[in-house]
Amino acid sequence: MIKVEGLTKRYARTVAVDNVSFEVQKGQIVGFLGPNGAGKTTTMRVLTCFLPPSAGTAQVAGYDVLNAPMDVKKRIGYLPESPPLYPEMEVSEYLQFVGRLKGIPRGDLARRLDEVTGRCAIGDVRNKLIGKLSKGYRQRVGLAQAIIHNPDVLILDEPTAGLDPKQIIETRQLIKHLAGDHTIILSTHILPEVEQTCEQVIIISKGKVVATDSVENLTNRLRGAETVAVEVEASNGAPEAGAVLQRLEQVAGVARVLHRETKNGRHVFEVESLQGQAVRPALARGVVEAGWNLVELRAVSLSLEEIFLQLTGGDAAAGGVQ
Amino acid sequence: MRNILIICRKELKSYFASPIAYGLMAFFAAISGYFFYVATAIFVRRGMESAMMGRGMPMDMSEWVVRPLLMNISVIGLFLIPMITMRLFAEEKRSGTIELLATSPVRDWEIIVGKWCAAMILYTAILSISLLNFSFLFIYGKPDWKPMLVGYLGLLLQGGCLLAIGTFISTTTKNQIIAGTATFAVCLLLWVLDWVSAYETARWARVVSYLSVVTHFESFAKGVIELKDVVFYFSMIFFGLFLTARSMESLRWRA
Ligand SMILES: Nc1ncnc2c1ncn2[C@@H]1O[C@H](COP(=O)(O)OP(=O)(O)OP(=O)(O)O)[C@@H](O)[C@H]1O
Ligand SMILES: [Mg+2]
Repeated sequence: MIKVEGLTKRYARTVAVDNVSFEVQKGQIVGFLGPNGAGKTTTMRVLTCFLPPSAGTAQVAGYDVLNAPMDVKKRIGYLPESPPLYPEMEVSEYLQFVGRLKGIPRGDLARRLDEVTGRCAIGDVRNKLIGKLSKGYRQRVGLAQAIIHNPDVLILDEPTAGLDPKQIIETRQLIKHLAGDHTIILSTHILPEVEQTCEQVIIISKGKVVATDSVENLTNRLRGAETVAVEVEASNGAPEAGAVLQRLEQVAGVARVLHRETKNGRHVFEVESLQGQAVRPALARGVVEAGWNLVELRAVSLSLEEIFLQLTGGDAAAGGVQ
Repeated sequence: MRNILIICRKELKSYFASPIAYGLMAFFAAISGYFFYVATAIFVRRGMESAMMGRGMPMDMSEWVVRPLLMNISVIGLFLIPMITMRLFAEEKRSGTIELLATSPVRDWEIIVGKWCAAMILYTAILSISLLNFSFLFIYGKPDWKPMLVGYLGLLLQGGCLLAIGTFISTTTKNQIIAGTATFAVCLLLWVLDWVSAYETARWARVVSYLSVVTHFESFAKGVIELKDVVFYFSMIFFGLFLTARSMESLRWRA
């Protein structure tokens, strides 16, 4: 459905996207993951025909963005980084305008409007001025605008930015529901978002594709070397931090243990496991058998930087991430 | 065509959703009313003077009221036009809504013509307020309506050409105020270009004077439609909109 080959986009000074190639099959949800300034927005702007590529090609539904922009534009719904809203319009008035602009036949407009206001949960603000909406509601109206003409391809630039946690979950649900009939690319710099909503992930950094993989493979690769935070408390008399550390290091599959801090007689450790080993049950057993209280045991989620380090085997990406 | 109407309608709604449209109308009503008052007052006084001096010839209302008033309105237009066009593209660029327009299945020229038409409609609506002034003339006298019609045609053509230039300037910046100021400067320049012809008769002066939008309006104000003036205005409208299209295109390549 989407095919990008050797795409390069240069601005006056910077190369924002550098020789990027990827493909997205029909009905897939693809996450575009990368830190700030990676070139996510730029790639999306090329795909939506807002910017022309400096080199390479991009095709949507078989149409080239340079040679057949009208055909591409008819088939995409686009939510830019900042929702393109007119503050002086009412929500329903705005959606009608966008619907007409996207070429929805007059007879279908009211029905489409009802559908998207329902789907994006903006029914209660239909008659409000957009300028008076909160950030989260604006984001929802932006999403409604992107799907109003039921496009084949949805391109969403950070669709959950600025939403409250409940709304983030609902939006992710909505996006998942939309997959199937729609092909979706969404950009984000939040790893869990990709894990929860996407099937396929494209990781870019400094304009280059660092990894393309299914989300399942990615999480397996990452889980391989899990970091666990362990908090231990003595049930009778404070245990020596050193003793606990020794005990933890003895657990099978543990690569390294770091003592982070001691507060109120509790010791916090960070335990790195070996590739492919799930060590949490063994850690728990070890602590309890030694007669200490296990206060907390949780996986430490990796930051995007650490993911890059892991995916690219260290140094190559270390230079690429600020 | 449908797309042009969609864009035009949206622009008109925006104009009337903010105080701009009403403000401009009030401003224009006040100024043109004042000029009308002054012109008729002079006309009446002169008329009485010439009657006292025993000259029986009645004064020409077209020459003494209609023509100066039309000339004045054409100059007021120079002040209105930057206010009308400044936001057209600058605001879309600032708020990012240009991304919506540019990624919708609409052609650049449809967006441009739609916006220009909306500006034209607002300008026409503002101008039509001055019809009220002229209608007084019909109540108290029998002026010739044909030169007035020609005068309004000229005002529309002149406005159209300056609106096209203003639309172009609005695409070059994200800042409405800069767009408005620059447009005002250009309008002013196109007006005063005419002044060189007052003290220079060399060929270059005639070329410069030809470029002045006001020069071409003079014959309209006298009630005469000259082909060369109509051609001038139409080519300027076309040229302005053409520049706008090129500017929109280049935005994408540079952006
Ligand atoms: N209009 C522009 N002119 C010049 N350089 C630009 C422009 N827009 C983006 N860039 C540069 O291109 C690079 C990629 O930017 P882009 O906006 O695509 O990143 P991003 O992945 O979307 O980042 P973020 O997560 O912050 O949204 C950056 O280095 C940025 O400075
Ligand atoms: Mg971005």
